[in-house]
Amino acid sequence: MVPTTFYVLLSAALFTIGVLGVLIRRNAIVVFMSVELMLNAANLALVAYARERLAVDGQVLVFFVITVAAAEVAVGLALLVAIFKSKRTADIDEVSMLRG
Amino acid sequence: MDFVLFFLTAAIALAGAIAMLVARNAIHSALFLLLNFGAIAVLFLLLQSPFLFTIQLSIYAGAIMVLFLFVVMLLGAEQVEAAQDKLPWQQPLALVMGAGLLVIAVITAVRGGSNDAPPGGEAAEAFGDPASLGELLFTEYLLPFQITGIILLVAVIGVVVLNQQRTQAQSEETPGERPSSSVQP
Repeated sequence: MVPTTFYVLLSAALFTIGVLGVLIRRNAIVVFMSVELMLNAANLALVAYARERLAVDGQVLVFFVITVAAAEVAVGLALLVAIFKSKRTADIDEVSMLRG
Repeated sequence: MDFVLFFLTAAIALAGAIAMLVARNAIHSALFLLLNFGAIAVLFLLLQSPFLFTIQLSIYAGAIMVLFLFVVMLLGAEQVEAAQDKLPWQQPLALVMGAGLLVIAVITAVRGGSNDAPPGGEAAEAFGDPASLGELLFTEYLLPFQITGIILLVAVIGVVVLNQQRTQAQSEETPGERPSSSVQP
């Protein structure tokens, strides 16, 4: 049986890659993908701890996270399409209308 | 056997994530992310969660990635980062802060996780059964489950509102113009 720590370490690495994606990339769609990667990393840690403690509650939480992620992607991509229609770009540096 | 499968899958997941980060083309990023989702689904299976394996494949790898690919192709936004970076100092700073986060996360993971073997017996055999997950979902977590339905409904309504056809007055203006100019006299 693979120890839980290995799974959590992998989850930490994936989460960090997701954070780097949000910070470095400027293509708004790739930023969204990085957010999805972070959610997946969190899911992996939840499932790993659920297996360690034999508590199904962790898996239920993952179920909710996946549902919310699906809703978030649908709304986020719709927003992105709306922004693209008015600004003609998906570069997040160009979308700075709210800057003071 | 478990270890071989774990390290192989973990390597694929990490490679997919890093390739997604560095790929210049957004479509390649999406496909590498798909590889990563598939690898994580296999890890769910290794963690005795067959139900989550199924919904990971059908919702993440199926529905969400198709949505991503569709939007990338619809917008033609494969490569928007050709222009000069307006914040050149931001990238090295992000790398440093990412490294710091990784160190903190690894320390937390090593201190928080136990290396004990999971308890065996009857509970271990019933664990991960979709029936037990469903039972919990419809008893203890019934209210959150219903709220999930409302979230999905709101998301559907939001998407329809955001992308509905514009009214006649708005559609007459030039495409490059900002929408706010239509309300000015």
